[in-house]
Amino acid sequence: MNCSHVPAIGAAWDQGKTETSYWAPIFRGFEFSKKWIADLKPDVVILVYNDHASAFSVELIPTLALGCAAEFKPADEGWGPRPVPVVKGHPELAAHIAQSVILDEFDLTIVNKMDVDHGLTVPLSLMFGQPKEWPCRILPLPVNVVQYPPPTGHRCYEFGKAIKKAVESYHEDLRIVIFGTGGMSHQLQGKRAGLINAKFDKAFLDNLVKNPRKVAKIPFLEYVREAGSEAIELVMWLISRGALENEVREVYRFYHVPCSNTALGHLILENKRKTKRKKR
Amino acid sequence: MAAKKKAPPPQKGRREPIKGFDDVPGTTLFDAQRSRQGYHVNMFCMSLMKPENRAEFRADEAAYLKKFPMTEEQREAVLKRDWNRMIELGGNIYFLSKLFSSDGLSFQYVAAEMTGLTQEQYAEMMLKGGRSIEGNRSKLEQEKRG
Repeated sequence: MNCSHVPAIGAAWDQGKTETSYWAPIFRGFEFSKKWIADLKPDVVILVYNDHASAFSVELIPTLALGCAAEFKPADEGWGPRPVPVVKGHPELAAHIAQSVILDEFDLTIVNKMDVDHGLTVPLSLMFGQPKEWPCRILPLPVNVVQYPPPTGHRCYEFGKAIKKAVESYHEDLRIVIFGTGGMSHQLQGKRAGLINAKFDKAFLDNLVKNPRKVAKIPFLEYVREAGSEAIELVMWLISRGALENEVREVYRFYHVPCSNTALGHLILENKRKTKRKKR
Repeated sequence: MAAKKKAPPPQKGRREPIKGFDDVPGTTLFDAQRSRQGYHVNMFCMSLMKPENRAEFRADEAAYLKKFPMTEEQREAVLKRDWNRMIELGGNIYFLSKLFSSDGLSFQYVAAEMTGLTQEQYAEMMLKGGRSIEGNRSKLEQEKRG
């Protein structure tokens, strides 16, 4: 599952504005998705996102990190923490993934204490609404896209494959959904703020489904130039794409401009080949 | 966009980390050099994630800023809430968001201010599909077109 993680979406939820004319079309775009995930009942969501200077400051900037703790609290981003449930992790699976990907030569940072910001909680709200408890365990996977250089698209795609391998070698049979979040075209800073490039976004979505290798070759500067300085978040969609099979089925797509400063994109993909399941 | 105006010269002593890095118009990309330059601005912003620090900052902004070894220029930009200037001096938008969030301002409000539009004009531009990419790709290209 891929989607943008615009902070204003969280604010709209938390302030009960989901029915207003501005927000209603955006939340309608996730009606199908909420049903899809409710039917699927995942045990675990691996949530790829970027921390927006909440858990990590300029003191410490991990390129690829994995939350291995039992729980993660919503961060106070300057207006108090979002009123959403505490995120429950899956330390055992997280430790397994960490070991597996590090032995696969991805030098992951292991995080045993961190707060999670809107980058993580907004996608959860969009998919699960406002429950008292999140309905599954969540592994936060923050990626640096704030200070140059972020990991390349190719590295992200390969990292996704390493996660797939790790998950498949786990001893327990779990139903896992991976969220790759952020984007799409947007720029939040300077005189060019407000940039949207729907043509770029559409090509990105099409290619991510059918030709992810092509997307993995997009260089840093092309994201920035064509789709805005903050569109670089889209490399995180390649991590979730890499964790799927080459052949995928596009289950659902939604695209909407504007969502605050951002082009909101949303994609649900499933492996064409169903992985064999042991008895639950 | 002032079409005739030449692209501004690169910052003194600055090295582009890759070719073309500083060529995107109206955009200041945050790299290791800017991260060094803006370290204390960004750490000041981070400090506002704690309610007690927000209260102390509000009570006397100038005194609170003295606690952080930033340059006078940086302090002045913070006090004036000159967002573009803070970014020029090494501030990063996600860090600055702690400052404007504690001011009760939204990303959209601040984005409008940075582009020189009113919030209404900016919101209107977004509703019409946002700022177009055409003519906004490259300083060099803008220069050639004149």
